[in-house]
Amino acid sequence: MTDQFEPTIVGFTCNWCSYRAADLAGTSRMKYAPNVRLIRMMCSGRLDPTFVLRALSGGADGVLITGCHPGDCHYMEQNYKALRRYLLLRRVLKGMGIEPERVKLVWASAAEGARFASETTLFVEEIRKLGPLNWGKTSGPFSVVGDQTTENATLITEKEVPA
Amino acid sequence: MSDTRSNPVDKRSGSMEEKQERIGVYVCHCGSNIAGTVDVVDVAKWAEENLKHQGVVISREYKFMCSSPGQELIEKDIKELGLTRIVVAACSPHLHEKTFRTAAKNAGLNPYLVELASIREQVSWVHTDKTVATQKSKAVVSGAVSRVIENTALEEIKVPINPNTLVVGGGIAGIQAALEVANAGFHVYLVEREPSIGGHMAQFDKTFPTLDCSACILTPRMVEAGTHPNITLLTWSEVVNVAGYVGNFNVTIKKKARFVKEDLCTGCGICQEKCPKKVIDEVFEAGLGYRKAIYTPFAQAVPNYPVMDKENCTYFIKGTCKACEKFCPTEAIDFNQQDQLINVDVGNIILATGYDLFDARRVSNYGYGRLPNVFTSLEFERLSNAAGPTGGHVVLRDGKTVPKSVGIIHCVGSRDKNFNNYCSVICCMQGLKFAHLVQEHTGATVYNFYIDMRTAYKAYDEFYQRVLEEGTLFVRGKVAEVTDAARYSNEKGKLVIQVEDTLAGKQRRIPVDMVILSSGLQPRHDAREVGKMFGISCSTDGWFTEKHPKLDPVATMTEGVFIVGCAQGPKDIPSSVAQGAAAAARVLDKILQREVTLEPVKASVDEEKCSGCRICNGMCPFNAISFLEDRMVTRINLALCQGCGTCVAACPAGAISGTGFSDEQIIAQIDGLLFRNLAPIGA
Repeated sequence: MTDQFEPTIVGFTCNWCSYRAADLAGTSRMKYAPNVRLIRMMCSGRLDPTFVLRALSGGADGVLITGCHPGDCHYMEQNYKALRRYLLLRRVLKGMGIEPERVKLVWASAAEGARFASETTLFVEEIRKLGPLNWGKTSGPFSVVGDQTTENATLITEKEVPA
Repeated sequence: MSDTRSNPVDKRSGSMEEKQERIGVYVCHCGSNIAGTVDVVDVAKWAEENLKHQGVVISREYKFMCSSPGQELIEKDIKELGLTRIVVAACSPHLHEKTFRTAAKNAGLNPYLVELASIREQVSWVHTDKTVATQKSKAVVSGAVSRVIENTALEEIKVPINPNTLVVGGGIAGIQAALEVANAGFHVYLVEREPSIGGHMAQFDKTFPTLDCSACILTPRMVEAGTHPNITLLTWSEVVNVAGYVGNFNVTIKKKARFVKEDLCTGCGICQEKCPKKVIDEVFEAGLGYRKAIYTPFAQAVPNYPVMDKENCTYFIKGTCKACEKFCPTEAIDFNQQDQLINVDVGNIILATGYDLFDARRVSNYGYGRLPNVFTSLEFERLSNAAGPTGGHVVLRDGKTVPKSVGIIHCVGSRDKNFNNYCSVICCMQGLKFAHLVQEHTGATVYNFYIDMRTAYKAYDEFYQRVLEEGTLFVRGKVAEVTDAARYSNEKGKLVIQVEDTLAGKQRRIPVDMVILSSGLQPRHDAREVGKMFGISCSTDGWFTEKHPKLDPVATMTEGVFIVGCAQGPKDIPSSVAQGAAAAARVLDKILQREVTLEPVKASVDEEKCSGCRICNGMCPFNAISFLEDRMVTRINLALCQGCGTCVAACPAGAISGTGFSDEQIIAQIDGLLFRNLAPIGA
């Protein structure tokens, strides 16, 4: 068991649905894989794709993006914008030589603690199968980034992915 | 290229000394809730040692940080150690963020310089391995420390409140809300789409479980609302535009032409008597009765001025008649009246737009619309109503035959994956009420076909017991079909209800004379457009979404817009009234504060950086973003902005920043969570 690859995953949640789903998973004592570290934003529409690249370049092996279900967004339709950016981001990742499966979008309402827990565990397993990302260690157009420490990760801080 | 986004990196890697933040980290045991799974002492010690370079000067753990001594601990440190940032590693920010912000405020620190690290909901309660949980807690704390450095002191935004209120929908929920606000001394505009207020309740005969006459309890309220000095009643009117924000809405209302001068009309009713054109009343009489082309929907209508139905009026069709004009004693008829647009300024809005009845035609196997003696619930209400088309005689569609046996089918269109998944709440009690009324009016044998009997409210189950004792027959099972195809001699000329009796475990065919479908409730057909106009969202079912399903059931995500009654979800009359009053209390609370405080989570544009590309312009569903043509830059209206941050993420120039959730804060948190001293963790 100790040899098993343990991925590090950064998860983005929206304040109204998915963060509350995570809260509900907690209050309901549902167990899920501990590899995910969450960041709260007001809305999945707040997710700047560069955040995802920042996380991947900073050492995350995968990024989980979560938001309200389509039609249920607390800001009416901003999760659709998140969806649009997510689809584009996956194409960009592919172009960079990174498996697009390392980024996943999951809808979870405030009542879906169980879904949040199971989707998280599932995603951890998916990333475990993909193996470590080793950003900067593999060759590719962005290999100039260097090691995985944040100091050298300036290249991706610029906004290269349009909304 | 070198925008502010690279700053957080610089700060952490080299120029740390410049910022000189003094951060306090407080790790909560939460009794054993956290400490049982996380080594809190280790987390606190680790933070003090390993996050020193970021400015952590003190790190403590305590049994209950949210308790008074816990808060005092933080307050004391802020004062004595000169802390400039606080991180509390405890429960979810949705629980105690306010507590710790207030504590900081009490100690003279800006409340927005406090950050919560959720190590209970996100760590101790969802993980089991103590080493792993401790490790993850450290990462979460590290993320919060990195983030809090980037937090900026924010001030709450205060906006003045216009004391007028708009209530949309004049059903019982809207009437209640309007009366409560008006009685408190503030002005209300009550807008109703139909010619009269009263809503669905005005159509009902009796109300469960007390069997009060619906009109007897409703009409006094209607009259009160119609004559109240603080209520401007706008019937036969619709809201067509909403601009502005909490405290300062500007609403445009279309007052449709009545072709009757309200100031001259006395409501004598002569025009309705003299009008030669009879029209089937699809709305109030549910298609069972007639009205004239000029009409008030019912005798006790408020206001009592009639409305002319332009589509059916002989004068409007053929150009001659004008009988109403000829006979009107006060010359109140005006064929030249036009629709009017009225503009009102209000501070708060209460939506009480109600429900549509589920269209029973959609359940084709129940035969409504095809088999004449299948009735909907609303049709039966009119049949049994003494003021209805049959004078209260429960008869078949032929208008004379009294049924000897009646089947009442529950859950029509509700709790059914083919139609609506939800329970419509009122149908069980409605079905029981019908059973009682049928027996009372006709003495017929009554069958109730139900899936589950749901009578959960004060005195509701007692009513169920009463109907049981009255001899109504109950069959538990979902009806498969209603048919007029007789298979046996006793079924000839009858409607046959085919059902699996799940208690007896067998198929039954029950012949009856009349079938009543206890149809469910549906969101208004135009609920989504209406929601969009008022800036609120709908659930997947189409009901308006409340701010919090338990703790904030009448507020919405849009400040100053409240939802009451069935617009929020199916409910009975007592609940609708309670919600109407609750929303009124919330509105009064806002009015009496004279100004509203808005969370300072807002987006703003740096005009120097804005290139005028307008990419953000289409992003905002709240119309907070406007483009200044003269200066070719975008501006965000702070009061309209809800703080979602979508425009911040969209701006290619990095010109839009969002307070509370800035790029710097989020990037710092990402970096902090992935702090390189922490190895990946796993079970």
